[in-house]
Amino acid sequence: MSEILISVLLVIGSFFMLVAGLGMLRMPDLFLRMSCSTKAATIGVGTLMFALALYFEDLGVATRALATICFIFLTAPVGAHRIGRIAYLVGVRLWEGTIKDELKGVYPTDACLPFGQECLIPDMDATEVGVDIEKGAD
Amino acid sequence: MILQTTINFIVFPLLSLTLVLGFIRLFLGPTLPDRIIAFELISITAAGIIVVSAITTDQAVLLDVASAWAIISFLSVIAFSYYIEKWRGRP
Repeated sequence: MSEILISVLLVIGSFFMLVAGLGMLRMPDLFLRMSCSTKAATIGVGTLMFALALYFEDLGVATRALATICFIFLTAPVGAHRIGRIAYLVGVRLWEGTIKDELKGVYPTDACLPFGQECLIPDMDATEVGVDIEKGAD
Repeated sequence: MILQTTINFIVFPLLSLTLVLGFIRLFLGPTLPDRIIAFELISITAAGIIVVSAITTDQAVLLDVASAWAIISFLSVIAFSYYIEKWRGRP
């Protein structure tokens, strides 16, 4: 009975991990990809660790598994927030179907370069980005 | 018996497929932050694989490895974002 429960939990957890991987591959935008990977992978790892805590039936192991779950639940949003904010400041393009951009206009337009230079929101898929930056540095 | 079969035939293939998808995004990713979040997904999946290995090999010690792995992966993500912040304007 317990084996069946642990198997079901493991399958659910690995399914969530697979959903995170699919979202990472298929989503059109950095920020959508980040939401996929953070939420689904956190739930997936949490479920796997819960299955491990049920498997060993030991108080020490269960406590450590719970502590690790809490750690991942606390740190995954922090890392995602930091990466997303830096990516927005650096000028990663939003998806063209984006409806709402609440950060638009919050930061000054030259927020991406600190030295008073002209702001170059770089075009990510253009190869002349380096050339533009060289011009701006002159 | 059921547990071992499930792990061998469902759980490990799904996790490995997740690793492959993460590596595809790591290879394709047009910008540096894309690659960083792909790397984060890969490291979290590796933590999941370590946890499942702890069940298959019946070694509870591997849980400590997984928790230390999670801590180091979080620190690496923070370090990468700090690095981009110091380097911004040229992703």
